[in-house]
Amino acid sequence: MSSIKMRISAAGDVLDVKSLIEHPMETGRLKDKATGKIIPANYIQILTVSVNDKPAVEANLSVAVSKNPYINVKVPGKKGDKVTIAWSSNIGKSDTATETA
Amino acid sequence: MQSNRRVFLKGSMAASAVGLAVGAGLLTPRAVMAAAWPQKAYDTTGYEESLKDLFGVSGVTASKDVNVKAPDIAENGAVVPVTIESSIAGTDNIAILVKGNPTPLVCNFKFDGAQPFMSTRIRMGKTDDVIGVVHAGGKLYSASKQVKVTIGGCGG
Repeated sequence: MSSIKMRISAAGDVLDVKSLIEHPMETGRLKDKATGKIIPANYIQILTVSVNDKPAVEANLSVAVSKNPYINVKVPGKKGDKVTIAWSSNIGKSDTATETA
Repeated sequence: MQSNRRVFLKGSMAASAVGLAVGAGLLTPRAVMAAAWPQKAYDTTGYEESLKDLFGVSGVTASKDVNVKAPDIAENGAVVPVTIESSIAGTDNIAILVKGNPTPLVCNFKFDGAQPFMSTRIRMGKTDDVIGVVHAGGKLYSASKQVKVTIGGCGG
């Protein structure tokens, strides 16, 4: 199961891409209540949105972005184009998902 | 402090690994750009510093052409919806900053053919201004919107 959910609506030559990504976005400032240890930071650093494999948006995120990030961007494209969202985190994890508009 | 140092070490190790990959011709310059997270800009606690680290320019002009949409009152500082749109020609980067957060820079979106529009949800520690900074033609423009936070997003 991909961590990335996407909804694309096409309007003329613009694709409105709304996406929800399942990720804890741990800040590294919170303590685990059971153990009293600090939960290490774990957050998405880079997120790219590409249309037909051409990057359109490159975002840098930080710990100040909410848990399970919601991202909405407007990329160039039309119905039938392939939209790919990819992310990578500070601990080296990554995920990618592609959907057809 | 300790954890900062750990993160920094990890970051520099990753950077050198990328360097090796470039040397070996494994990555195109495009992919390298995507791999670099501006660690310094996101780690600084100063507003001006983070902008300078991120864009390499200082001095921000307030502009009506930057539109920051955020709620007047956020019941939960952990989830504050923010939308920023720019009608300045040549906009290639939009950043969100909150001065009162431990590190002011929240996120930045670089546009490559996409519309200068972004919407996301951010964390805020307390009542503060959400500042949208737009990079266009080598200059910085900003607009802000105050959000009253009743429950902070940084505590446990």
